[in-house]
Amino acid sequence: MNGKVTEWHVDTNPPIQLLAQEPKQVESQAYWILVWKRLSKNITAMGGLVILLLFIGGVVFASYIAPYPIDQMKFEDRLLAPSATHLLGTDDFGRDIFSRILHGGQISLMMGLISVTLATVVGITLGVIAGFYRKLDMFIMQVMDILMSFPALLLAIVIIAVLGAGLTNAMIAVAIAAIPSYVRVVRSAVLSIREKEYIEAVQALGIRDYKIISRHIIPNILSPIIVMTTLLFGESILSAAALSFLGLGAQPPAPEWGAMVFVGRTFLSQAWWMSLFPGLAIMLVVLAFNMLGDGLRDALDPKQN
Amino acid sequence: MQKYLLKRFVSLLGTLLGVSILVFLMVHMIPGDPVRYIMGEYATDEAINAMKVQLGLDQPLIVQYFDFLARFIQGDLGTSLMTGITVWEEIVNRFPITFQLACYSVILGSVLGVLMGVIAAVKQNTLLDRFIIMFSLIGISAPGFWIALFLIWVFAYKLGWFPISGYEGFFSLVLPAVTLSLLSIGNIARMTRSSMLDVIKQDYMRTAEAKGAPSLSRVFSHGLQNAIIPVITLIGIQFGSLLAGAVITETVFALPGIGNFAIEAISKRDIPTVQGVVLFMAMIYTVVNLTIDIVYSFVDPRIRYE
Repeated sequence: MNGKVTEWHVDTNPPIQLLAQEPKQVESQAYWILVWKRLSKNITAMGGLVILLLFIGGVVFASYIAPYPIDQMKFEDRLLAPSATHLLGTDDFGRDIFSRILHGGQISLMMGLISVTLATVVGITLGVIAGFYRKLDMFIMQVMDILMSFPALLLAIVIIAVLGAGLTNAMIAVAIAAIPSYVRVVRSAVLSIREKEYIEAVQALGIRDYKIISRHIIPNILSPIIVMTTLLFGESILSAAALSFLGLGAQPPAPEWGAMVFVGRTFLSQAWWMSLFPGLAIMLVVLAFNMLGDGLRDALDPKQN
Repeated sequence: MQKYLLKRFVSLLGTLLGVSILVFLMVHMIPGDPVRYIMGEYATDEAINAMKVQLGLDQPLIVQYFDFLARFIQGDLGTSLMTGITVWEEIVNRFPITFQLACYSVILGSVLGVLMGVIAAVKQNTLLDRFIIMFSLIGISAPGFWIALFLIWVFAYKLGWFPISGYEGFFSLVLPAVTLSLLSIGNIARMTRSSMLDVIKQDYMRTAEAKGAPSLSRVFSHGLQNAIIPVITLIGIQFGSLLAGAVITETVFALPGIGNFAIEAISKRDIPTVQGVVLFMAMIYTVVNLTIDIVYSFVDPRIRYE
């Protein structure tokens, strides 16, 4: 941060104009640069980021990278062990497992992405409302307490029982089960800065609530939200895969990873690779999110400054 | 203290009431006609309607809820449509398995987790520390159903050391307990490590070192004793969620615990069972969590004044 500040003092622009607009922007930029610098020194976090980027790249460009189409069945190629022609072997229909994992990643990662997005939007909204408008706090937190009385996966399973099995409903269920912990984190972050002088100051200036929330509250609670969201990604992918494994989420023949592990379990003694590799994919992606999340928590921790 | 306990107890009752309403509503929204399920495809409409009147299913929802609540308070959870036995009896039959499984996993997870966490903290930044960090991360990242599958394959199918599935006594619980403890070990080791690292920096640790306390006693009686409080909370939370049914693990190992029973009941649309079991699981989970909070407030009195 120090380096940046001296830099713009040397700047040739007229100083008055600088004072009027620039400082705020420079400072906030420098903060994220600092965070990135700290994060990039963390080997574990960078390892997680690399694994994640490899997976995202492989999954997004699956149709270019995958050596075989997902549903190309060949009877004579059934249950082939991993080899040069089929990197991760083939399944009971002679389909290439490596190709199916790449394509299936689109479903698994998308399930994670959509349920996390849903949980984030609802969680932040409710958390900010509960923390900022104390009158609604009691009600919102009571509802969250009720939702938290169920172990997350059980809640997701009961919600699916109501909505019916399937991809969309599994994502909704995972999101609903994730909302309470989100609300708690956001609410306590809002509570901790709500009483700060600068919030009091903007309130005294008569600035509207939505502006206070979007300009002054949200940017200041970004750190816990980023960490929470990263870790939640891993957790949601894990829950979504578990639901698919139970037959409540993505349905076979969809190459969703949890569903692939489920299908493979009947062929374990003849073709262990059918279950091993999709499960390994789930573990690696979740591991990557956890590694990155841990690193972000350390990098965003103000105590380390 | 009494005021705090009373406050927590009242809010517990409120939460449980909310839970009962939520469970009741969700269960009633489950599509499919339970009466048609019991009576079979060929039952006439008149017979089905008569049965509905007999079961009180023709009443308005709110009447049904209060009826359900009144019977629940008296300990009557209804009768399972699958087995014809009362739901309460089914729970009593199955809960011991879930309870044992939870105990074994928590014991295994706490012992290994705390030990690994302490070692990692004492040997901070060494190869051993990195190995433990990575192992814990893998423990919390690996899908339980996948681990379970390969444990069964290797230790039950290939080596034949344990039964493949079902419940035949203690040996049937070893592999499920190992599966579940991996997650606990990961969580507990991480928490122990970071809590120990905080404690190691404290002045009293330096004092202990200065007065020449042997290093093992320093680590365990000065260090761990102070670092263990948040870890105990975490262990309690893990125990609570395991008691509420390790749904997936019980399903994979075909253990007749309450988690497995809940899944079976949901898939068979056995409404009274789903209602009773889910409510029971939520209650256990809530009560265990409340107990942890209260124990914690004894240990750390600051909590009570928040």
